[in-house]
Amino acid sequence: MSIGLVTAAYVVAAILFILALGGLSNQEKAKRAIWYGIIGMTLAVVATVGGPGVSNQLLIIVMIAIGGVGGWFVAKKVQMTEMPELVAGFHSLVGLAAVFIGINAHLEMERALAAVADGTAGDLVGFAGTIAKKSGVELGILKVELFLGILIGAITFTGSIIAYGKLSGKISSNALTLPGRHMLNLGAFAVCFILGFMYLSGAGLWSMILVAIISGLIGCHLIMAIGGADMPVVVSMLNSYSGWAAAAIGFTLGNDLLIVVGALVGASGAILSYIMCKGMNRSFASVILGGWGGAAAGEQQEVDGEMVPTTIDNVVQQLEDADSVVFVPGYGMAVAQAQGSVSELTKRLRGAGKEVRFAIHPVAGRLPGHMNVLLAEAKVPYDIVLEMEEINDDFPQTDFVMIIGANDIVNPSAQDDPNSPIAGMPVLEVWKAKNVVISKRGQGRGYSGVENPLFFKENSRMMYGDAKDSIDAILKQLSI
Amino acid sequence: MGMKIGIPKEIADGEQRVALTPETAGRIQKLGYALQIESGAGEAANFSDDAYRDAGVEVLPDAGAVWGQSDIVMKVQQPSTDEAKMLGEGKTLISFLWPAQNEDLLNTLKEQKPHAVLAMDQVPRISRAQKLDALSSMANIAGYRAVVEAANNFGRFFTGQVTAAGKVPPAKVLVIGAGVAGLAAIGAARSMGAIVRSFDIRPEVAEQIESMGAEFLFLDFDNEDSGTAGGYAKPSSPEFREKQLELFRAQASDVDIVITTALIPGRPAPKLWLDDMVKAMKPGSVVVDLAAEQGGNCDATVKGERIVTENDVVVIGYTDLVSRMAAQSSQLYGTNLRHMLDDMTPEKDGQPVVNMEDVVLRGCTVIKDGDITYPPPAVATSVAPKAAAPKKVEETPEQIAAREAEELRKAGSRTTMLLLAGGALLLLLGTVAPASFMQHFIVFVLSCFVGFYVIWNVAHSLHTPLMAITNAVSSIIIVGALLQIGSTNTLVTILAALSVLMASVNIFGGFLVTRRMLAMFQKS
Repeated sequence: MSIGLVTAAYVVAAILFILALGGLSNQEKAKRAIWYGIIGMTLAVVATVGGPGVSNQLLIIVMIAIGGVGGWFVAKKVQMTEMPELVAGFHSLVGLAAVFIGINAHLEMERALAAVADGTAGDLVGFAGTIAKKSGVELGILKVELFLGILIGAITFTGSIIAYGKLSGKISSNALTLPGRHMLNLGAFAVCFILGFMYLSGAGLWSMILVAIISGLIGCHLIMAIGGADMPVVVSMLNSYSGWAAAAIGFTLGNDLLIVVGALVGASGAILSYIMCKGMNRSFASVILGGWGGAAAGEQQEVDGEMVPTTIDNVVQQLEDADSVVFVPGYGMAVAQAQGSVSELTKRLRGAGKEVRFAIHPVAGRLPGHMNVLLAEAKVPYDIVLEMEEINDDFPQTDFVMIIGANDIVNPSAQDDPNSPIAGMPVLEVWKAKNVVISKRGQGRGYSGVENPLFFKENSRMMYGDAKDSIDAILKQLSI
Repeated sequence: MGMKIGIPKEIADGEQRVALTPETAGRIQKLGYALQIESGAGEAANFSDDAYRDAGVEVLPDAGAVWGQSDIVMKVQQPSTDEAKMLGEGKTLISFLWPAQNEDLLNTLKEQKPHAVLAMDQVPRISRAQKLDALSSMANIAGYRAVVEAANNFGRFFTGQVTAAGKVPPAKVLVIGAGVAGLAAIGAARSMGAIVRSFDIRPEVAEQIESMGAEFLFLDFDNEDSGTAGGYAKPSSPEFREKQLELFRAQASDVDIVITTALIPGRPAPKLWLDDMVKAMKPGSVVVDLAAEQGGNCDATVKGERIVTENDVVVIGYTDLVSRMAAQSSQLYGTNLRHMLDDMTPEKDGQPVVNMEDVVLRGCTVIKDGDITYPPPAVATSVAPKAAAPKKVEETPEQIAAREAEELRKAGSRTTMLLLAGGALLLLLGTVAPASFMQHFIVFVLSCFVGFYVIWNVAHSLHTPLMAITNAVSSIIIVGALLQIGSTNTLVTILAALSVLMASVNIFGGFLVTRRMLAMFQKS
């Protein structure tokens, strides 16, 4: 294949990738959009392999085959509730690949420069050949790109591994707060940049390997300091980083396809992070630096009243009496694996002619859109699963709201109490409904550690116990 | 063995309720108590001795046995003097008592040296105590029954109908006083189809009235402290009263049914429906006076009687409305008692603890260890008017427009600043960077913009599939590895091969998992 043909294939692949992402604007289009992505990827790989300067095809085929089987195996086996850790785990692979390719680029560059010095540059093919033709300034820029690719790649790699561990419960999801952690991060970054300058002015491969190790430590530490409920932001941020790493490598290699796709992925992750942060009314910096933003000024309002427990009998009665029901799922539903039971309950209630809907807060769960995927897996039709803005105004006309393992996203003090740490965070206004039942394991507080006045309201009742067990008990007693 | 609780038969005239039902019996036994009841105590409320026996309650032949053998006696009505004298030393009595009106009874009970006497009418009106608030549960029944009595005495439909035999206008009901009884009456009358209006001197209950489907009669009167004391209305000033009567007078000729529920604790009921209003009513109209026991809100009320005035208005002054629904009221009162016992028996071992630190128990306890402990210290109620929450200042449309324009302008100037800064940076970069870099840079910047616009359109519910697919797509990094794999340097080849491996795991895994997820989304 000629260079022209390869470039043409790249253009088509880039367009297909854009269409694949754009197609996710609705559920029906999305099923087709995925094929754009697959074709785009195939086209890109085939064109590259068939293009000039690529050899070792046998090795390539073997590696792709092994990787493909591995990927296929993981994708078939994974549970939908494990999606957050799967995505995080995949990101780490992209990060590590970026580091390897960066190091390779350096090795090739050295080989090319040596060849130029020997005067045998003409014999070089492939990547080394392109480098040999570069001017001094271009080589400087190449080094900067290389440095950035390795830096971001290494952070993505270790950060994703930590995120994977936290999401899968292999590492405690509590935020680790070392003393002077901001200074620690800052110092480590400073060392990386100093090493970067040394590399620019002639230091060898060792400086880049040091950068990879130090930035790997930064990635570890950064994600360790972030608590469980902030994971949606972290995962989307790592998603973004894996894109930027690809783009940086694209610059290094002078490959436009890598740049385009890397930028697309980077932008996508950045926007998702932004949406998540807005959902919590927090700045990106405060999430990434860990913990809740600055201490709230002034006393928080006292909550008076008591949490009134309810019984399965009462909940069944309320469900049978209600005409409109809204479920508000949170991470607790995923933990209890209650989505199947919830779906069954939904089916029964809808069968009895009741209006059943789901209200999804942007940060419910551990991954953007996590709840939607779980409900879809349990065969809850997506047109009754609504976003916060779509359903918030309907709560006053709702007879019955059941909150399943959610806490902060339904906390009225976000609106009522200007001194609350979560003041200003958009929340689902469930307390405006006639009856609210909260399925909860115990009396504990939410991730933010803020007391939830919702539980003390006169129209709220607590249903203690495992969500799946409670809902199964309801299903048994429900007479419709 | 837990303590014994005894329930004597009510001896007051016309009282049909009983303090224990077979259903509450089971629940009280779970708290560790043994139960005994006087034979025939539940008969008037349709609970037979056998039903009690089935529920595990011992049936005793007479009141003497009950009073003698029980550690705790539960009653509905306040005890008579004779009954009070049967209360043994060290025992406990739970019943309605009205301590403010019955000082003599209180002293008689004190002479008996009981362990404790708890008055069910003294439950503080706080959220936590709602489940044992017997006054509310009885008032609810009274309000419902008032509507039933009114309907029984009213010669027409409540609901409006258009029938083949002609059109029937709906009845108009006026409910004065929107406490628990008033709200229950509103609910019952509304569900029968009547047009309901209601008045209460506490303007803050307007919302509750409207939520029940009635129209709130608004009284335009300034400078009135219509505050509440302990959740009940306070007496009002003469000027306010005049305004109020004027409002009622205007309603008198229009409404068909009047239900009055106005009570001020510890005082005779205020007269609100005067003789001239009764005279102004249409023949066949009905007045139900729920305050008859305390002297009545209506001038024409005769306590305990149904009378018909000269202009054919029926005035009902029954004082036993609750007792007329004995099965229901016994059930609710019994449940209130059960909750009281629940609070008193934290260990569920049948050993009551009258904890004077507990606001609710402190409020109810009128005699403890031989001392009269009534009245209790004041308790802040949840119904007390809260300090007005700082309201958002309403904006006029002009202000909104001005604010929005200001925000737009700010956003606009922010964008301009960003563009200027970005442009300057780019120019700076362009002065040092070679042409080959700038070509790639254009591609990069444009791709960021494309990504930005494309991703904003992605449905929120598809964010997880989006992450999975971008994850697969970001393995485009495989292209970089493919370009390097042919190197003559073995290390480069190995690293590149590993990168190809990892990226292909990602490609296959990412696309497959996205497909799996998307296939799950189904429309109903």
